[in-house]
Amino acid sequence: MHKLLTEHSGLKMLLLGNEAIARGAVEAGVAVGTTYPGTPSSEISTNFFQMSRESDLYFEYSTNEKVALEVAAATANSGLRSMCVMKHVGMNVAADVFMTLAYIGVKGGLVIVTADDPYMFSSQNEQDNRYYSKFSGLPMVEPSSVQEAKDMVAYAFDISEKLQQPVIFRTTTRINHSTADVVLGEIKAPQTSGDISKDPFNQVPVPAVARNLHARLLKKLETAEKMSENSKYNFIMGNGVWGIICNGVSYNYVSDAAKDLNIEHRVKIFRMGFSYPMPRATIKQFLKECEKVLVVEEGEPFMEETVKMLAQEEKLTLPILGKSEKYFSRLYEFDPALVRQSMATCFDVAYTPAKVPDLSDIPEIPDRPPNLCAGCSHRATFYAVKKASEGMDTICPTDIGCYTLGFLPPLAMGDFLICMGASAGVSCGFSIKTNKKVISFIGDSTFFHSGIPGLINAVYNNHNFTMVILDNGTTAMTGHQPNPGVDMKELDIDGYGRVSIEEIVRAVGVSHVTVIRPYRVKKSIHAVKEALNFKGVSVVISKEMCTLYAKGLKKARGKPFFVSDKCKGHKNCINELACPAFYIENQRVNIDPVMCSGCSVCAQICPEHAILPIRDT
Amino acid sequence: MNTTRLIIVAVGGQGNLLASRVLGEAALLSDIPVRMSEIHGMAQRGGVVESSIVFGDARSTVISDGEADVLIGFEPSETLRALNKCNLNTVVITNLAKLPSFTVTTGKSVYPDLDVLQELIRNKTAKLIAFDAASLAIKAGNVLSVNMVLLGALIQTHTVPLSAENVKEAIIKRTREAFVESNLKAFDLGFSAAQGLG
Repeated sequence: MHKLLTEHSGLKMLLLGNEAIARGAVEAGVAVGTTYPGTPSSEISTNFFQMSRESDLYFEYSTNEKVALEVAAATANSGLRSMCVMKHVGMNVAADVFMTLAYIGVKGGLVIVTADDPYMFSSQNEQDNRYYSKFSGLPMVEPSSVQEAKDMVAYAFDISEKLQQPVIFRTTTRINHSTADVVLGEIKAPQTSGDISKDPFNQVPVPAVARNLHARLLKKLETAEKMSENSKYNFIMGNGVWGIICNGVSYNYVSDAAKDLNIEHRVKIFRMGFSYPMPRATIKQFLKECEKVLVVEEGEPFMEETVKMLAQEEKLTLPILGKSEKYFSRLYEFDPALVRQSMATCFDVAYTPAKVPDLSDIPEIPDRPPNLCAGCSHRATFYAVKKASEGMDTICPTDIGCYTLGFLPPLAMGDFLICMGASAGVSCGFSIKTNKKVISFIGDSTFFHSGIPGLINAVYNNHNFTMVILDNGTTAMTGHQPNPGVDMKELDIDGYGRVSIEEIVRAVGVSHVTVIRPYRVKKSIHAVKEALNFKGVSVVISKEMCTLYAKGLKKARGKPFFVSDKCKGHKNCINELACPAFYIENQRVNIDPVMCSGCSVCAQICPEHAILPIRDT
Repeated sequence: MNTTRLIIVAVGGQGNLLASRVLGEAALLSDIPVRMSEIHGMAQRGGVVESSIVFGDARSTVISDGEADVLIGFEPSETLRALNKCNLNTVVITNLAKLPSFTVTTGKSVYPDLDVLQELIRNKTAKLIAFDAASLAIKAGNVLSVNMVLLGALIQTHTVPLSAENVKEAIIKRTREAFVESNLKAFDLGFSAAQGLG
């Protein structure tokens, strides 16, 4: 049995934040889970996927976040508790749905999980999604600990059903990827069927209906604010006159710092867990009891702005501090020492920071940049495109996935990146007036996610570029989740359809379509050259299974290779491919047989044919 | 209860997260409050994996620069890189078996000299326990048990509030059955190796 389905209420279990959220959903009787995977949220869905195979939970990997939320909006409007999970930038994709879903509302609870990523450990921006709650008018909760990450899910479902509104459950990486012991609660059995109660004058927001619905949304927000005023997750600790307002992980740093600085008796800490709408009356009262207030929040001055506004309404002149050079930046994540230092400065408390050793005499430590895996099919594809486009003046837009790493030298394939699927659209743009050959890269999952409309645009508007679709048969970057192109039978799972990328590309009207096997170097270069010379939209589908994924599926590859005595040390293999299986010992190129996956690409480009498969002895 | 802050740094694939998990389970078995945090952005693609583990009464799961009580490095150059987390009272345990990064193996950068590296760490911290954990892992019967060797060394130093019994119980509970025996052996070898070092 899946560990998160353990019935044993009261049991203490060590859980990752994301596991705790998934368990919280199970305890809340979630009936439907949907997602598009994205770090740091991915493990929530992985656990849903596993549990759905041995319980009544319905779960799906949807093609993108917009679709995921549409599916969940419908199941929630059929009366079923539903959860939709995504990383922060996924909310941008889903925004069209929830901005209007906020008007329509839900019948069964709907919780939208957004996993923000301050410091951008694995993201392209660090947008603060708390503004989405204010923007849409949807209530928001934010846990500070792993235990709360579990407990607040059921709470969010309760709020959602009381208000008949979706609720935003906002986390940051340090919640998703923290681990702690969690006391389990009881599991509530999910509802197994639902239905829509038809009510078009509340569920079809044509202008006349929408005008009423917007007014209703504002009424619901008033009710939500009353709930926020009374929420046990908005609590005040301490009786001092030095006020601190904080949320999420900042609360941990603040409460530890108050202890470390020995000022627990002098501070009053307001932890915001139900953080939109903010409990304005309670905050006003809090401000009246304080001499000075420090707002501690990662990201944007979301709470600080409201707190300052409330002070103005009350004609309070106490200092309210937060985002400034002296205290907190809008950049990156916080840490305990930073918060301790800012609290000490703000309240003028003696504090000696820990002494970091003098590192000036440390020799340069070689970097360990992430690299495409040994035998990665993307490396082979990039190599083929690089060779095929030699001598051409090119622009290479790229997209979100492992293959983004192809922008690093020596492959250096990637000139421009915005967001999921954008490679297609920007390629249209770059091809209009630059007079350069545009070659774009997009992965299979990203193509399904949002690359298709850009490609259709290219055909319709008669643009001129080559799209290379790197089809490695999985959503590799986030941990090998399936996508519509995956053969689910490989995973021994029945009941799924399968969508062919090639058929889609041909169906939208691309007239030059080639499928290559990138490990066949010469053939691939030749096929890519033809595609590049085609005037109009051409597509190259490079098909080869992700080497890590293949290993996981125990799909044996060829034998590893070694460098024979024929090697004359040109080092083309290292300099052009940079496969991590290579190493130099005594000025001689070698291949680590454990890392080598036997893709044979290096053997094919070696001018001396010195790289050979290891034969059985 | 006092807090103890432990940082583990490793290269993706060295089993850092499993080691953290074992310590977490051991803390749970000993009724010691524990919270951990991990950063493994692109670990499977050769990057660095860092976990922080905080034992005792604290809410934070992150450890600031200069505030680690113990640092374990699964790879010597990564131990050196994490020195900013240490102070003069920090106990450092490091594996001495190198996993040179690709830039080093292809001659594009130079790996720091191991003697110099140890001297630098020794001068800037309270104590350094350095040994070849990889050869002990091989001796234990599983080259991948470097993580368990280093856990053994950690417990020998008494720097974290966990007993060898509890950690071994967690190893039995949390690691794959086929590897339990070699993992326990690796733990013992690491424990013995740390005796008399540092």
